[in-house]
Amino acid sequence: MASLWEVHETNQMIEKENLDVRTITLGLSLLDCAGSNLAEVEQKIYDKITKTAANLVSVGESIARDYGIPVVNKRISVSPISLVGGSACKDSADFIRLAKTLDKAAKAVGVNFIGGYSALVQKGMTKADEHLIRSIPRALADTDVVCSSVNVASTKSGINMDGVRLMGEVIKETAELTKERDSFGCVKLVVFCNAPDDNPFMAGAFHGVTEAEAVINVGVSGPGVVKTALESVRGGDFELLCETIKKTAFKITRVGQLVAQEASRRLQIPFGIIDLSLAPTPAIGDSVAEILEEIGLEYAGAPGTTAALALLNDQVKKGGVMASSYVGGLSGAFIPVSEDQGMIDAVRANALSLEKLEAMTCVCSVGLDMVAVPGDTTASTISGILADEMAIGMINQKTTAVRLIPVLGKGVGDEAQFGGLLGYAPIMPVNPYSCEKFIGRGGRIPAPIHSFKN
Amino acid sequence: MEQKTDRVIITVLGKDTVGIIAKVCTYLAQKKINVLDISQTIVQDFFQMMMIVDQTNSLVSFEEYVGALEALGEEIGVVIKCQREAIFEQMHRI
Repeated sequence: MASLWEVHETNQMIEKENLDVRTITLGLSLLDCAGSNLAEVEQKIYDKITKTAANLVSVGESIARDYGIPVVNKRISVSPISLVGGSACKDSADFIRLAKTLDKAAKAVGVNFIGGYSALVQKGMTKADEHLIRSIPRALADTDVVCSSVNVASTKSGINMDGVRLMGEVIKETAELTKERDSFGCVKLVVFCNAPDDNPFMAGAFHGVTEAEAVINVGVSGPGVVKTALESVRGGDFELLCETIKKTAFKITRVGQLVAQEASRRLQIPFGIIDLSLAPTPAIGDSVAEILEEIGLEYAGAPGTTAALALLNDQVKKGGVMASSYVGGLSGAFIPVSEDQGMIDAVRANALSLEKLEAMTCVCSVGLDMVAVPGDTTASTISGILADEMAIGMINQKTTAVRLIPVLGKGVGDEAQFGGLLGYAPIMPVNPYSCEKFIGRGGRIPAPIHSFKN
Repeated sequence: MEQKTDRVIITVLGKDTVGIIAKVCTYLAQKKINVLDISQTIVQDFFQMMMIVDQTNSLVSFEEYVGALEALGEEIGVVIKCQREAIFEQMHRI
């Protein structure tokens, strides 16, 4: 039986340290909705989503009530739409109709985001892929809850530099079309290397083609819990530090496992994975940067940050892996700038630069996330930043992602407001020197030597 | 995962006053919710109690008594929270 101390500890985590289940994400295959008649495809997509996800939100709420733990988001990820719409969509305008269908279906079932307006082009682009990618700016401007992602690189295939160049232009255009809202469209767009098929976190979630018909993936959170646990071992050595993070990650992940199993049982949809990420929010005490500070840095970005983040990421995985039967997704520590008050403070204090963030992405679970840059940053410079990040992922055999927001009409010293969990971000300076000729070359960067493992 | 039992943990937090346990237990008895265990501490006038109850024969649904106990808590001036036991067992037991 539970003891008073255990109950107290769990409830402290929930009430004081922002422990929550960040998302229950229903992964849903739409491959069987494909066809050559666009109107029929739209209808099939709408029907399948609204039928399968009908109870997703109410089940999430009932689990939250039963266990007394917040389940913050209920979301849906679908098969990459470039595949689903491939034969029905003859141009970008046709794909935008599918984006609007996703938006309508997501709103009908009450989820707050739907991901999968995606294309996987790490080796090359089909016509459908290109139509979808070129439709992204308008699709994101004309919908509210649709999220888009494009995988342009992998360790196995190398980097599709044509895709990288195109995505630089797409990001710029997305920013332009949503400029009256601080280029908000870019918040819903992620560029990936080695994108996972089972990621429950937005904006990069999609339901991979190797996945089952429908699965439940759960993302846990809890940077505040780790930070509080570390307060009790101030001054202790690295062994003690690592043990504490590991034990805490175990406890957090167990809650995710329970919620995932319950959601799976109540919805009668198989359990996929737990994503054991430390996902911060702009709330005070819910910050990954504050963990880094607790480890011993004055600000995130100070010398030692990469090492501190590396150990944090690794210990979170070690603790979490044992707590769940299936771990997947991104799993590790997220380092978004706008969604983390400690990161925002670090940028404001000039402690954290884009280059240091890039170094941190070599050891964190994702990449350059929610970074606002000046609105006059050129498309080729954005592509250059993308290429650097893709190279880190490709060579290190890890997922990297970029969610960059060139905020139209704003420059260094200004701040962009995205609202809610997405927070706000100081505009960060970008290296002013050109990479236009590099990006202009076109073609592919070959896969690295260590991809040949057969 | 199926739950082995239908046990719920009721926690009460707040300033100590006369009759907290009595009022909560009276309500539970009326609804045929069986109390299996009670532990409590008082730290600097701050009352903290945990009850483990079995709701197998409860006359009312979980949702209903959660709401009723919350309201009772407000009346007494304490916070009463009900959670299924599994969350604690999952987190603290391997």
